[in-house]
Amino acid sequence: MTCTDFLATMTDYFDGETDAELLSEIRAHLDSCEHCEILVNTTRQTIQIYRDHQVYEFTAEVREHTISSIMHRCGLRKTA
Amino acid sequence: MPVLEQTGTEEIHPDIALVERARAGDAEAFETLVRQYDRPIFRVAQHITQNREDAEDIVQDVFLKAYRKLEQFQGNSKFSTWLTRIAVNESLMRLRKRKTSRTVSMDQDVQTEEGSIPRDFADWTPDPEQQYNQSELGEILQKTIAGLSPGFRTVFTLRDIEHLSTEETANALGLSVPAVKSRLLRARLQLRERLSRYLKRKDGSIKP
Repeated sequence: MTCTDFLATMTDYFDGETDAELLSEIRAHLDSCEHCEILVNTTRQTIQIYRDHQVYEFTAEVREHTISSIMHRCGLRKTA
Repeated sequence: MPVLEQTGTEEIHPDIALVERARAGDAEAFETLVRQYDRPIFRVAQHITQNREDAEDIVQDVFLKAYRKLEQFQGNSKFSTWLTRIAVNESLMRLRKRKTSRTVSMDQDVQTEEGSIPRDFADWTPDPEQQYNQSELGEILQKTIAGLSPGFRTVFTLRDIEHLSTEETANALGLSVPAVKSRLLRARLQLRERLSRYLKRKDGSIKP
């Protein structure tokens, strides 16, 4: 397997959608290719860091006001 | 009033019952649906628009539109996927309004070759929190994802942050499964390449 071949399978590899034969080829490639191993590790870190650190400013106060407005605009609550 | 499809012995998603009740005018049922999905809808809208105030407005517009169109929800996809589709459309429309001279769509800039071939193979620091404080890191992440085209940003958000499956993402965006996979790969690689500028080991080493 070349680095280009690996790149073509990377999404399926991340999503656990590779069959056993392809998975063993990928593992063999990653064992022997430092660049692709780093690519996998740093891409995993990329995903994880966004999951862990992204800041969303949807405060409890804004949220309650938003829900109240939605219910009012839908005609399901009298006061916004 | 159409009755939502319930096939065979498959387990019926609790949302289906809530939607049925909301259609019948049950305010409590609709509010339950709103409280269940307002946060993920806000996150999707914030990621696509990169603007908190727009995201707040979009949450309202999405649920108002959903309530008015409840009759059209057939139950062929999850209620959450159906809502996400509305949220993506509303968010892209908001971007279009903001950038009146530019077209904004799921297809914008996706032809770019950027990210198709990784270039930076330096290893990263294992603990970015030691290198940057919380607000610095937040700023880096926001700046980095804002640099992606809306098409890539949306696919990354739905798949990797909101944990939608490839099929659900394809359904929410009106794309094919191979198109979602291809965009996800390039979105991940572009983000990785851009973050690498900030997170790679300063000594340039590739192993601890």
